[in-house]
Order: sequence, then structure tokens, then C-alpha cells
Amino acid sequence: MAPSTASPAAPARPAAPVGVPLRDIVPWAVLALVLGAVLIYFVGAEQGATSLISGTWVHEFTHDGRHLLGFPCH
Amino acid sequence: MGMRTLLVRGMLAGLAAAAVALLIAWIYGEPQVGHAIAFEEAQHAAHGHDHGDEAEVVSRTVQRTTGLITALAFYGVAIGGLFSIAFAFAYGRLGALGARATAALVAAAGFVAIELVPFLKYPATPPAVGNPETIGSRTALYFGMMALGVLATAAAVIVARRLVPRFGAWNAVTATVVAYVVLLGVVYRVTPRPEAIAEGFPSRVLWDFRIASLGLQLALWSTLGLLFGYLTERSVTRARAPRAVPAKV
Repeated sequence: MAPSTASPAAPARPAAPVGVPLRDIVPWAVLALVLGAVLIYFVGAEQGATSLISGTWVHEFTHDGRHLLGFPCH
Repeated sequence: MGMRTLLVRGMLAGLAAAAVALLIAWIYGEPQVGHAIAFEEAQHAAHGHDHGDEAEVVSRTVQRTTGLITALAFYGVAIGGLFSIAFAFAYGRLGALGARATAALVAAAGFVAIELVPFLKYPATPPAVGNPETIGSRTALYFGMMALGVLATAAAVIVARRLVPRFGAWNAVTATVVAYVVLLGVVYRVTPRPEAIAEGFPSRVLWDFRIASLGLQLALWSTLGLLFGYLTERSVTRARAPRAVPAKV
């Protein structure tokens, strides 16, 4: 997938810059996805629709950020 | 261009973007949150709910300061990290677009996918708006719409890239955007809307709150895209410069 878009048939146009090879991106993508999902979950949903930790502290602490970022809060 | 560098840069740019969003939140958002809470309390008082002083778990002051700062910082770092991954996939694969233009485009696409698509159907709600009993379904719908935004945007980029050789960039992008908008229009029409606005809730507060929320997100994504683009463009230029020190991956 995603071969270089710089075709040799169009030498007049500036060549596409060299990007990061896909195989180098994937492990980092998995890491960022997992960590990002955890962070966004705790900011956006924990102790609202679902609770991993009992109580309401996380909900109340992130309350204003949750409302202002656009997540349903309560 | 090392992936590690990009990820760290994305998370730091996300943190800076969160700082800008924090300013918008304090100037434009918090006053509306305050109005909404005042309305909520007035209603409770009017209905004779004596509250029994339901023990405040976190004070308003903490919610407005440490709580808000932490929430925005976490969000900014998470979005910044994910942004850098999306940038790495896009850079060098969108024709001849350079680092700055790619970053700007990825930020615009991210804003649309993650904020605008869910917002148009399920806009941000201030305290006192929304029935607590529907929080489960509203959260599921919100995150579902976000997932749809991400998938549809990724699909649009892939489709547009395939159409470019045949129809040219302008036509390919126009056709893809039209299809994207039509798809969303259909989804918006058929998805439920479990919103409950308390009777008498000031519409101006609702409007101002929503615009503040949208503005905060716009500020966050713009700062992220522009700052990340600036930093990456600079490092690309330096790497290309003749006689550059070869180290510093």
C-alpha cells in the first residue's frame, strides 16, 4: 500500500518529500493509539457512562474540561 | 525523519496547543459554565431539593483550575501524539506537499473528524443540559460519531488519492468531499438525538457555551498543526542543508 507518489513520468514537478516508511510507523502507531485512548477515556468518559474506578472523583475533577471539550458529562 | 522525534514533537506541540485552548476556556467557556451551574442551583432550590449539602467531592475552584488544566493537558498530549502518527502516514504520500502544508492539512482533517463531525450532531452541553439517565447512550453515540468521523476521513483520503491520477487533484478532492458530506447528512438524519434541555435554560448561555467549546477545539487543532508544521519544516530544511552535522536523528 501507499507506494511513493513521485512518478518518474513527471520530472518537471517537484518530487514528493521522503516520508517515514510504513513499517517504522506501525509500532509507534500502536503505542500512541493505546496511550491516547486511555488518556482520552479518562478525560472524556470515566465515571460517567462507565466506571473503572469507583466513586466520582475523576468525573468531578475533569468536570469542566469534559464539558468544554464537548464530551457528554452527565 | 525519525518516528520517535515526530511523536515527541507531536506530544509537546499538543501540550502547547492545550495551553492556548486553556486561555480560550477561561475567557469564553468558564463564564458560561458558571451561568449554567447557577441556573442548576436555582432550579434545585426552587424545587425544594434541599441538597442536604451533597458533599462536594471536588470544589468549583479546583474544577476550574487544576482539574481543567489537567484535563486539557491530557487531551492535548493524546491528540498531539495521535496527530504525529497521522502526519507520518501522510507526509510524502500526498503529492508534493511539504511538511508545513501536510501538518496543516492533517490538523484540519483531524479537527473535522474528531471534533466537528460529532459536534454538529451532538454539540457540547453545559451543566444542567442533558438527562443524567441517558448519559450511557449519549456517550456511546458521541464516541461512535467520533469513530465514524475518523473512519470516513481516512477513507476519504485513500479514495481521493486513488482518484487523483484519473480526474486530477481538484476534481478528485471535490468529488470526495461531496460524497463525505452526503454520507454525514444521511447519518445525521437517521441517528437518534437524546438531548434534554431543561425548561427555561437561557438559550444565550447554551449558544455561547457551544461556540466557546468549538472555539477552544479550533484553537487547539490550529496551534497543533501550525506549530508542529513549523518545527518539522525547520528540521527538514536543516537536514537538507549542505554540510549539516549528520548526527541528531
